[in-house]
Amino acid sequence: MMFKVLQQSYFIKQFRYSLSAQFSSLIQKQTKATQEQTVLYPGASTRWTEKVQLFKVEDQPVIPTYRVLDLDGFILNSSQDPQLGKKTSVEMYKCMVMLNTMDKVMYDAQRQGRISFYMTNYGEEATHVGSAAALSPKDLIYGQYRESGVLLWRGYTLNQFMDQCYGNCDDQGLGRQMPVHHGSKALNFVTLSSPLTTQMPQAVGSAYAYKRAKNNCCVIVYFGEGAASEGDCHAAFNFAATLEVPVIFFCRNNGYAISTPVSEQYRGDGIAGRAAGYGIAALRVDGNDIFAVYNATQTARKYVLENFKPIIIEALTYRVGHHSTSDDSSAYRSIQEVQQWEEVNPIQRFRKYLEQNKWWDEEQQNKFVADAKKQVLKAFAEAEKKPKPEWQEMFYDTYYELPNHLMKQMQYMENHIKKYQDKYPLKDFKVAK
Amino acid sequence: MHNNVNMALKTIKSCLNYQKPFIGSYKFSSTFASILNSPDIGEKAQLNMYQAIGSALDLTLENDPTAVVFGEDVGFGGVFRCSVGLQEKYGKDRVFNTPLCEQGIAGLGIGLAVAGATAIAEIQFADYMFPAFDQIVNEAAKYRYRSGNMFNCGGLTIRSPCGAVGHGALYHSQSPEAYYAHTPGLKIVIPSGATKAKGLLIACIKDKDPCIFLEPKILYRAAVEDVPVGNYTLPLGKADIITPGNDVTLIGWGTQVHVLSEVAKLAKEQLKVHCEVIDLVSILPWDQETICNSVKKTGRVLIAHEAPLTGGFGAEIASVIQEECFLHLEAPVQRVTGFDTPFPHVFEPFYLPNKWRCLEAVKFLINY
Repeated sequence: MMFKVLQQSYFIKQFRYSLSAQFSSLIQKQTKATQEQTVLYPGASTRWTEKVQLFKVEDQPVIPTYRVLDLDGFILNSSQDPQLGKKTSVEMYKCMVMLNTMDKVMYDAQRQGRISFYMTNYGEEATHVGSAAALSPKDLIYGQYRESGVLLWRGYTLNQFMDQCYGNCDDQGLGRQMPVHHGSKALNFVTLSSPLTTQMPQAVGSAYAYKRAKNNCCVIVYFGEGAASEGDCHAAFNFAATLEVPVIFFCRNNGYAISTPVSEQYRGDGIAGRAAGYGIAALRVDGNDIFAVYNATQTARKYVLENFKPIIIEALTYRVGHHSTSDDSSAYRSIQEVQQWEEVNPIQRFRKYLEQNKWWDEEQQNKFVADAKKQVLKAFAEAEKKPKPEWQEMFYDTYYELPNHLMKQMQYMENHIKKYQDKYPLKDFKVAK
Repeated sequence: MHNNVNMALKTIKSCLNYQKPFIGSYKFSSTFASILNSPDIGEKAQLNMYQAIGSALDLTLENDPTAVVFGEDVGFGGVFRCSVGLQEKYGKDRVFNTPLCEQGIAGLGIGLAVAGATAIAEIQFADYMFPAFDQIVNEAAKYRYRSGNMFNCGGLTIRSPCGAVGHGALYHSQSPEAYYAHTPGLKIVIPSGATKAKGLLIACIKDKDPCIFLEPKILYRAAVEDVPVGNYTLPLGKADIITPGNDVTLIGWGTQVHVLSEVAKLAKEQLKVHCEVIDLVSILPWDQETICNSVKKTGRVLIAHEAPLTGGFGAEIASVIQEECFLHLEAPVQRVTGFDTPFPHVFEPFYLPNKWRCLEAVKFLINY
């Protein structure tokens, strides 16, 4: 009996992977399979049933949310303590506070009209720093736009943040993109773009290349729960599963996509609940618990590299700030709701943990916050003073080489500007050598 | 997308019945000829266009260990047989099927290229490239520019069968080049025969910008030429003068080049008019110099393409000619193209810019 079952499962395998299966033998096996309750259609490995049975959402198990710290910063189960020690823990904390400080300064700067646009990271700091700390610096990162903490952890400097937001001559992106669209080749952080979710199938492609290169690195791609409704998310999940690549899909589920609450975004068990449908492993974590995020990402990294399979991490959190500087979130959610989340913010929670261990105190806090603000303001003032890149940079990098027609267009603009110098903001831009 | 293998194979078969096969090489201009006739080009063999494309893919996989070929049904050789035998030769990790999802294929290709690999993606029909339009236009085309050259996807080439095929109707006949021509950052190339297909495809694959390589599917089996067996590239951004002439300039690309060659023959026989036939080859960036030099010489120009008239690439060419050759023009620039309708099934013979419509335009230009 056992032998027969084994034989049949072997046959199913053969059939599913071979186009040249013999139909006559299929029918023979099918007859046998009917007796064995095994279905041999190539589309699914399943068993027969004689009952009409709906598989309703409410009957399916819900994926639980993993946590390590309680709201007061106590470790709930000591076996889950990542034991990062004082130095790393304090560094992670400082990174979150620095990010928070930068956000405050930049948000105000936008309100004053000094930069054109900004997006804060309030409430989601732990998802950034917790995940980034669990990766190898060589792992490739694709982001959406609310992952500045990941860059900060990797070593992107305050000057680099500011230079990009100002689009000045030191911006590595040469002032071509809107603020917050960071990128760093040196830090393996792929330059962000505005179209949502386009980065997801791209991350799968890079992970495929990494697998073939056998470089023992994985790819992580961040996205919001709103972005997960795009077709590219479906493409990425399905391609990652069928092509078997080492990619971590990291979803920041913060409850809102601009004004749209999750109840209008999906009706299933969040984003992690979709994983099984694609044949992907899933993990759901408390996104305001930096240790939970760290452990989950570390586990995920090990899993994708050992198995060459993707994984979906869904970090539940709350978007405390407005969507962007172009959004007033009080138009669609109550101030009380936001306040409630501000009180249980991930930075406070981790501070409590540090204080219990006597790794941090009020004095250090005040000193660090003051110092952080000083550093941010210094980088900010420096960035503001720098000129913009040469205007000719508008033409370069469209292609690897400047083609003839673009050369002509640049020469036309040069002649035009000579004639109309006073009509253009030339004094703000560097002059070409 | 409902395009199963049998349908596609049937499509190829009936190409042969529909139009006279274009057998034998035509002459190449100085630029292309100097490469193809050079002594180190080596041995040649009779290949049709799908075999020439297969040969380009084969040589790429052999010479570039990072190169991968993927798309819907490419594993067993492709519905047009362009990747026959490659999976057996190079393995499933280098020549593989993807799920049926064009935006995924384009996104996967970009990601491969960002990580430094050579990605050769296939979209089964150009008609089905539109789900990937966002990835191509917003992502692939802008990668280098927006990152200040920190990241790029220059290693990506997207191949796709395009153009009329006799009975392809709305979704197996389209020529979408003009949509992409409006996108800075892309290169767009359309070969008109086997020799060009191989040399240009290898050039696209090696090029440091993302390329869209549109293959006129009616030529897959019909265009048989003596194709160099080894590795060679033909220049991107260069037009090819097929037939020199002094009276009228005829500009086309893809299958239309063969129509225009025949028009030139008819014009010579019937009207004693000597047409200069130019294969544009590259749609973006395109060879303004070769076109304008020809028009300055002839003073008369006909542009013909299968795609609809309004917003077609002919409009761009006509506009540049008007700017650059205003004092040389003896007659208004003529455009003979598909009509501003979807591509029809039973009406295809009335839809296409065939040799009679083109010949009539030549008569108009001469008598203006």
